[in-house]
Amino acid sequence: MQPNIKQSLDIVSLVSIGQHPQSGRVRRAEQDGRAVELGMNLGGDNLTVLHAGDPQEQALRTYAGMGLSSMQVLNLDTQDDAVPALADYLQQLRPDIVLTGVRAESGESSGMVPYLLAEKLNWPVVARIADIVSVEDGVAEVMLALPRGQRRALKVALPFVASVDNAAPEARQSAYGPGIRAQIEPLAAVKEEDAVRSNWSEAKAKPRPKRLKVVKAKTAAERFKAATAKPQGEAGKVLKGVPAKEQAQEIFNLLLEEKVI
Amino acid sequence: MVLDWLPSVLIAVALSLAVIGAVRRVSLWRAGQPDKVDLIAGLMAMPKRYLHDLHDVVERDKYMSKTHAATGGGFVLSVVLILAVHLFGVDNQILAWALLAALVLMFVGALFVFKRRMDPPSRISKGPWMRLPKSLLAFSSAFIILTLPVAGILPEGTGGWVLTIILSVVIAMGLAEMMFGMTWGGPMKHAFAGALHLAFHRRQERFGGGRSTGLKPVDLTANDGKPEILGVSKPKDFKWNQLLGFDACVQCGRCEAMCPAFAAGQPLNPKKLIQDMVVGLAGGTDAKYAGSPYPGKEVGYAKGGPDQIITQGLVDPETLWSCTTCRACVEECPMMIEHVDAIVDMRRFLTMEKGSTPNKGAEVLDNIIATDNPNGYAPANRANWAADQNLPLMRDVKKADVLFWVSDGAFDMRSQRILRSFVKLMKAAHVDVAILGDEELDSGDVARRLGDDAAFQSLAKRNLEILSQYEFKTIVTTDPHAYHCLRNEYGDFGSDALDGVEVLHHTTYLNRLVQAGSLNLEPFKGGTVTYHDPCYLGRYNGEYEAPRELLRSLGIEIAEMERSGFRSRCCGGGGGAPITDIPGERRIADMRMEDVNTTGAELVAVGCQQCTAMLEGVVEPRPEVKDIAEILADQLIEEVH
Ligand code: SF4
Ligand code: SF4
Repeated sequence: MQPNIKQSLDIVSLVSIGQHPQSGRVRRAEQDGRAVELGMNLGGDNLTVLHAGDPQEQALRTYAGMGLSSMQVLNLDTQDDAVPALADYLQQLRPDIVLTGVRAESGESSGMVPYLLAEKLNWPVVARIADIVSVEDGVAEVMLALPRGQRRALKVALPFVASVDNAAPEARQSAYGPGIRAQIEPLAAVKEEDAVRSNWSEAKAKPRPKRLKVVKAKTAAERFKAATAKPQGEAGKVLKGVPAKEQAQEIFNLLLEEKVI
Repeated sequence: MVLDWLPSVLIAVALSLAVIGAVRRVSLWRAGQPDKVDLIAGLMAMPKRYLHDLHDVVERDKYMSKTHAATGGGFVLSVVLILAVHLFGVDNQILAWALLAALVLMFVGALFVFKRRMDPPSRISKGPWMRLPKSLLAFSSAFIILTLPVAGILPEGTGGWVLTIILSVVIAMGLAEMMFGMTWGGPMKHAFAGALHLAFHRRQERFGGGRSTGLKPVDLTANDGKPEILGVSKPKDFKWNQLLGFDACVQCGRCEAMCPAFAAGQPLNPKKLIQDMVVGLAGGTDAKYAGSPYPGKEVGYAKGGPDQIITQGLVDPETLWSCTTCRACVEECPMMIEHVDAIVDMRRFLTMEKGSTPNKGAEVLDNIIATDNPNGYAPANRANWAADQNLPLMRDVKKADVLFWVSDGAFDMRSQRILRSFVKLMKAAHVDVAILGDEELDSGDVARRLGDDAAFQSLAKRNLEILSQYEFKTIVTTDPHAYHCLRNEYGDFGSDALDGVEVLHHTTYLNRLVQAGSLNLEPFKGGTVTYHDPCYLGRYNGEYEAPRELLRSLGIEIAEMERSGFRSRCCGGGGGAPITDIPGERRIADMRMEDVNTTGAELVAVGCQQCTAMLEGVVEPRPEVKDIAEILADQLIEEVH
């Protein structure tokens, strides 16, 4: 469906370097690709595709291959933190919408970039959107992606940061020709070493034991329901009209109980 | 004769118009891209190519080959002599008699053309082609009458000016078709363009019985690694001699009759495609096309020009993606036109410039790029199938007599049965064989046929790099597609990794083992067996005999299908067709299975994992499908120690 855009929009799609889950090879990141796709569908020519890192990285060409004439790259070294550079650049550019993936496929992969940027820019952040339906008079209607294909419509004032969920339309095919011809413009950037990350060491992930869901279904209909329905957590508690402190305490207790902290 | 200057004036006028037309036509071809051919050598070799290479193909239809020899030969001879006798007025009875003989020959040929055209098969084009036999008859008969007085059979001036005028009208008609039409786009254009196409063919290696089937690489280094255009978007992006080749088409429709996609009702007809290329190179619409359409698409709406994007108005991309690259059309074309080259050239544009490979295309290409196999499996798992096979890895042994190229069948459980059977046979024959394990990459076949030559070239170069580290005399593979790439396409990338290495299909290699007595086999006791020739083994590599000899060595008498050998019908699995999956009315694999069924076979032997997958995809009940390696392995008498 064509989005209903009633004003000129400046959109920035942030992209990172993806990593293929099977081969570990660099690639166009799944979600970031969707952020570019959404940006292309919304903004046409007013789309800036922005990366913070090495402008020589070949994987950037796979984004460009979607049909971008140019890409902007904030020139950073591996040890530099992307957030201050991005925040500084966006501060000056002042776009209407910043689109990101939910989390990167490599590096820290914390999923924090949209939040940290929104905090620095003092903008709202909308997490896991599937689509932007319309933009009118400085207000955008976005579709949030909820589990099991559900959607929630939400109105948010421009400017804002949104992370793009896997439910958003898939990135279009990347073509070799436009990819190699696109201009990749390196930009000078604010450099701050990522102190937290430099203390980390990376190790291969071990598969985690999975909690088995025991389905006591007798008929096919029941099995189908068990496979598709939203799990009904029996232990859940709804706290309404209770002071925020008690609510927080309740969550804290649960986390302790589940041995998360 | 009264008004005896009239015929010579007509001849002179027709001749000059023909020359002007020729210059125009040549300039249309020259809009294409440069391609190096030796012009003089080509022209010198042309008559021989016409008499051998072209006529070898025409010869498959005896009626037509005789007819064409008489008509065409008579015509060429007549023209030479007409110029002498009627234009330059050489007054020589012997010449006149020779001319009469040539004309009679042509006349007789034309009668047979006429007869064929009375009830033409659906594959041949109608329209202007229907008037051709009449023009041929008019041309030859009128000149016969005109020549009679010169030969002294009739007195000069017979019939007076009335006859001369009538004769002149007929001559004008005949000349218009034969001279003017030849270079101004009439049916006789095939003679002019065809002759030059034979001389300047892009694949000169095809003549003299040669085979040239590897696709030509895209130059990715042009313009500093940023080529202006990849693949063919407009007719003028073709090489000039490809354009010339399209123009040579006689619309005989032999390609159409052989095309599996056409038969399946997919929107492809190789003849119409070539005619659309002619529309493109000359500019205009397909309204005058008088042959079978692309199934499901009406004729008359296609428009194009040398500078217009082909896939925007001239040819629907679906047409290009329907092709299985089976080469049945190329094999059958008397004019030696290269349909597959053209189709892949245009696919290259769609994939590498437009990013519009249909259906699973984009996903498969992404996988190939990211994991070196089309399904995105972990590259480290490539050798898992061989965990229990005790096969040495090249990485460890560095050197072996035979390198077994496993191909992507390594990831597929059905194909693994073929791989294991082959290994069993190799072990039984005590061959010193090793594999590359997870160092092997996809051959690039699918990427290349889907138009992503960049991905193909990257794979080819990396494979060659790995191959160059080891020592072996022979590569054997069970996959005809990998076989084709290794044997016919990897040579373009400046590596010496395959110098002096023999690349063989497993049936060829196994046949050598059997003929040398290295395998102890029990005769086959099952029912009737037929053999399906994989396109990439047969038409691409000319191997029709080894698989048959192997089956015979088991005592099998092959119940051949009507379409076998070089006329084998594709299984539908080549060229990425199952990936782009363009809908038709039938499935190609089902049609092939019907071919199998007409032989009454209970088992169809194949030599390709892709064919196996396609034919086994046909719903049961149907004959069993087995690779020849599997059939042999079942008959192997194992030594007991
Ligand atoms: S392309 Fe070849 S086979 Fe097909 S119609 Fe033309 S001349 Fe005949
Ligand atoms: S290669 Fe095969 S499928 Fe393609 S046009 Fe020719 S005959 Fe048809």
